[in-house]
Amino acid sequence: MKILVAVKRVVDFNVKVRVKSDGSGIDIGNVKMSMNPFDEIAVEAAVRLKEAGIASEVIAVSCGPAQAQETLRTALAIGADRAILVESQDELQPLAVAKLLHALVKQEGPGLIIVGKQAIDDDSNQTGQMLAALGNMPQATFASTLSIADGEAIVAREIDGGQETLAVRLPAVITTDLRLNTPRYVTLPNIMKAKKKPLALSSPAQLGVDVAPRLAALKFSEPPARTAGIKVTDVATLVARLKNDAKVI
Amino acid sequence: MTALIIAEHDNRVLKAASLHAVTAALHCDTEVHILVAGQACAEVAHAAAALTGVSRVLLAQAPHLADGLAENIAAQVVALAPAYSYILATATAAGKNVLPRVAATLDVAQVSEITKVISADTFERPIYAGNVIATVKSSDRIKVISVRATAFAAATAGAGNGAEVVSIDAVADSGLSHFMARETTSSDRPELAGAKIIVSGGRGLASAENYEEMLAPLADKLHAALGASRAAVDAGYVPNDYQIGQTGKVVAPDLYIAVGISGAIQHLAGMKDSKVIVAINKDEEAPIFSVADYGIVGDLFELVPQLTTALG
Repeated sequence: MKILVAVKRVVDFNVKVRVKSDGSGIDIGNVKMSMNPFDEIAVEAAVRLKEAGIASEVIAVSCGPAQAQETLRTALAIGADRAILVESQDELQPLAVAKLLHALVKQEGPGLIIVGKQAIDDDSNQTGQMLAALGNMPQATFASTLSIADGEAIVAREIDGGQETLAVRLPAVITTDLRLNTPRYVTLPNIMKAKKKPLALSSPAQLGVDVAPRLAALKFSEPPARTAGIKVTDVATLVARLKNDAKVI
Repeated sequence: MTALIIAEHDNRVLKAASLHAVTAALHCDTEVHILVAGQACAEVAHAAAALTGVSRVLLAQAPHLADGLAENIAAQVVALAPAYSYILATATAAGKNVLPRVAATLDVAQVSEITKVISADTFERPIYAGNVIATVKSSDRIKVISVRATAFAAATAGAGNGAEVVSIDAVADSGLSHFMARETTSSDRPELAGAKIIVSGGRGLASAENYEEMLAPLADKLHAALGASRAAVDAGYVPNDYQIGQTGKVVAPDLYIAVGISGAIQHLAGMKDSKVIVAINKDEEAPIFSVADYGIVGDLFELVPQLTTALG
């Protein structure tokens, strides 16, 4: 069974982004970029299934600018076998990415597709579910455990108030939550090996997908900043403040 | 124009989260219908019919709709979609699971976690962990929207508002997935999402035992819900669904007490709209103090029991 994992190049989670002064976009000119953390978990999950003898090949895919090749090299260093970059300089919204991935699923025929539940830049939480819909595949989102048996994936999902377990028929789409695994550290020898692994280039045009944005971004702004209040020195003062000033207890 | 809201429920009770989506839909200036898809869930439909502003409740019942499987619920929504201009759900785990499947099937974009309705086609939504607010315009004929609960007031049941409840045919079972088990944390405390007061713990608690010993008595005194930072969840102090933050739960209680939480931007994203924030942390440089109305620098193991006692 092949596994396809999708990875996105995003602003590193430690960076606090700034809106451009004219409100036309986000200033990401010189900030550190990384693989979306949930996608790292997806790659790790796929590689572990290969190491367990359940998967035969792990294909990492990214849709985005040429620099996303670096992100794919990281996926290869974690242990993916080969990579595909669907290169586009244009803004790719979740529906467009889902369509590109769907086109690749038709080409590659994976038994399982694993993606992060959410990209930490646009916080949409859509692509995996959309891909499942387009391929009429089942979905198991927000996965915290994953096993494969008898043509099904058994997945424990994080839900409000606890967790639930589903069985989904393969091929299926899994989206990862934080507790699915802890991605391994990428070692130097594996980074060197990753440089020799195949990385193919494709494009929306080659895949026959219209990626024109459906949502127009009119404006970006920063939310009103919350200002620091006061430091109190003891619990009695705190309780008095909460009772008399804030009136919340 | 009419909006369809996907009700969230457990076949017995309409979840409070859905009430916020009703308000958001009314801001879009539309008639509001609610879909209750489940099994033996007529009570939920009647609760939905009592909500002010709701004019019709669609009730679809079948065994394969009982457990909220995305494949079946989405198919049920898609079957109804042509009659609607808006499809909304609250951005809970359940709403986030189903809604994009609906949008992609309809070949429309989804607008995730809106915090404001600017006009019938233009919305505000937070991105980058809430550090940026994007204003987006949708030109799709059917607008598929998830709603951030904390940004819209809850709709209330109105005396005498009795919307019609219409039973509709359930879609066929997709057969693609099946439900196996659900374990929910049972607690006498309020739910995180709707709590007026939240006591939340982080890595500073140092163990599951300390978390319970320090925070449970305080939460009991305040009738508060318990939450946690990602660090506390990853360390196994508390279950996953306690996590507050960018990719966990977003809350906005009247009072948020952060105990031993440093305040990473991902955590702040989930709680900075709280009305009053209290931070207890031994590190006076901790970023949590930059958003706290009241901060105490000190040892939480001394301060928290003092606070619990002081509350009488």
